Amino acid sequence: MTVNEEQTTIGVALEDLTREVEGLQAGGYRLVQIGCTDIGGAYEVNYSFDKDYQYRNLRLTVGPETEVPSISGIYWGAFVYENEMHDLFGIPVTGINIDFKGTFIKTAEKYPFSVTRRGGDQCRNA
Amino acid sequence: MSKRIVIPFGPQHPVLPEPIHLDLVLEDETVVEAIPSIGYIHRGLERLIEKREFTEYVYVAERICGICSFMHAVCYSQGIEEIMKIEVPDRAHYLRTIWSECSRLHSHLLWLGLFADGMGFENLFMRSWRLRESVLDVLEDTSGGRVIQGTCKVGGVRRDIGAEKLAEMHRALDPFEEQCRDLGDVFLNDDTVKYRLQGLGVVGKDEAYALGAVGPTARASGVAMDHRETGYAAYGDLGFKPVVETTGDCYARCAVRVKEVYASIDLIRRAIDQIPEGPLDVKVKGTPDGEYFSRVEQPRGEVIHYLRGNGTKHLTRARIRTPTLANIPILVKMLPNAQLADVPVVVLSIDPCISCTER
Repeated sequence: MTVNEEQTTIGVALEDLTREVEGLQAGGYRLVQIGCTDIGGAYEVNYSFDKDYQYRNLRLTVGPETEVPSISGIYWGAFVYENEMHDLFGIPVTGINIDFKGTFIKTAEKYPFSVTRRGGDQCRNA
Repeated sequence: MSKRIVIPFGPQHPVLPEPIHLDLVLEDETVVEAIPSIGYIHRGLERLIEKREFTEYVYVAERICGICSFMHAVCYSQGIEEIMKIEVPDRAHYLRTIWSECSRLHSHLLWLGLFADGMGFENLFMRSWRLRESVLDVLEDTSGGRVIQGTCKVGGVRRDIGAEKLAEMHRALDPFEEQCRDLGDVFLNDDTVKYRLQGLGVVGKDEAYALGAVGPTARASGVAMDHRETGYAAYGDLGFKPVVETTGDCYARCAVRVKEVYASIDLIRRAIDQIPEGPLDVKVKGTPDGEYFSRVEQPRGEVIHYLRGNGTKHLTRARIRTPTLANIPILVKMLPNAQLADVPVVVLSIDPCISCTER
């Protein structure tokens, strides 16, 4: 009884992101999530989509200061994930339909998941 | 046009057990815009993955939420098992399914009570929670914990449910279902409930899908999407069809959850009938090297645990996307045109779980 779903991941360049997302939206995919991963000095951003339990993942790799265009003009609900990208990781996202400018998720420390602060902030409670 | 005013709703509010804030922009008593804000209790549990071994993190995963706790453990364990190609024994899959559906039952009954309370029907609140107690008793009997079960682990489950206990549970299902149907009859057919809920917070099918809504919130708008259809755990053996309504209002979101209570009882009954004998777990050898987006259908909808390992005993990333986070955009679209007095009911209708959202 393994999980019966297909998951595919393809890399996407920053300049192709909105075009690729538009293609998926036109193809009837829903936006599932946007999530970031620290890969050592840079971020991997996973844009995940689903249609009939077929999971497609666009993977963007960006540096900590790279501005990422918002996809909230294509998927209106993307603003929650894009504000999270900014508030937790410090990734600048441009053109968000509802831009909280750093106040969507309130954290005691600014950008707690930022790669630029990793050296001195190794999960202190553990 | 009337003068616009902004009323803060939350983070502390009688209908909100957990903190979420909405700035409600009003014209007279009518909402014209709602701006959400979260993050009051952000706990950083994703980051803890770097300091807990992958077999230990299941304890943390289970504590992401105090309602759908067991399903977080299942989703996390399933993700590790997919990365490491671990074949979980069938009996463990069935036990995970039984405990998952018990969790859905108590979560939906909890919500039905809160929803009744939110619309001012105190007696219905008490009836719902009385039924929920009997589900919690079963969870305590079979796992030792009412809220945190601690029975799921990577590679299987920690505890069995004996044949005698399973038979006792099976016998209790018929009278329990009868009581649930009596309760559901009030939610579905009472004139005051219908008057309060019908036509309120309407979102159509296409809009719900485009907004990325999940769970009963999406299914109430006609989106026939339920991750149990993919057949994880024992759902592939048991067969499953999503409960769908089409009107997309607060009444439909309530109706989906009432009917999902019946569906969960049926799934538990069939799981007990079909559960195979066999081992409860397999020995986990090695360490996870790879990544997987594990998905499970929680009471509030699809949850995702993105897990990534590099061959060491510590994962490098756990990203958890909870259903309430996915349902915030649709909530923002539900509220315009609602009256101020209806806002608590509309907000509750997505069954917000802020504990999960603030993982």
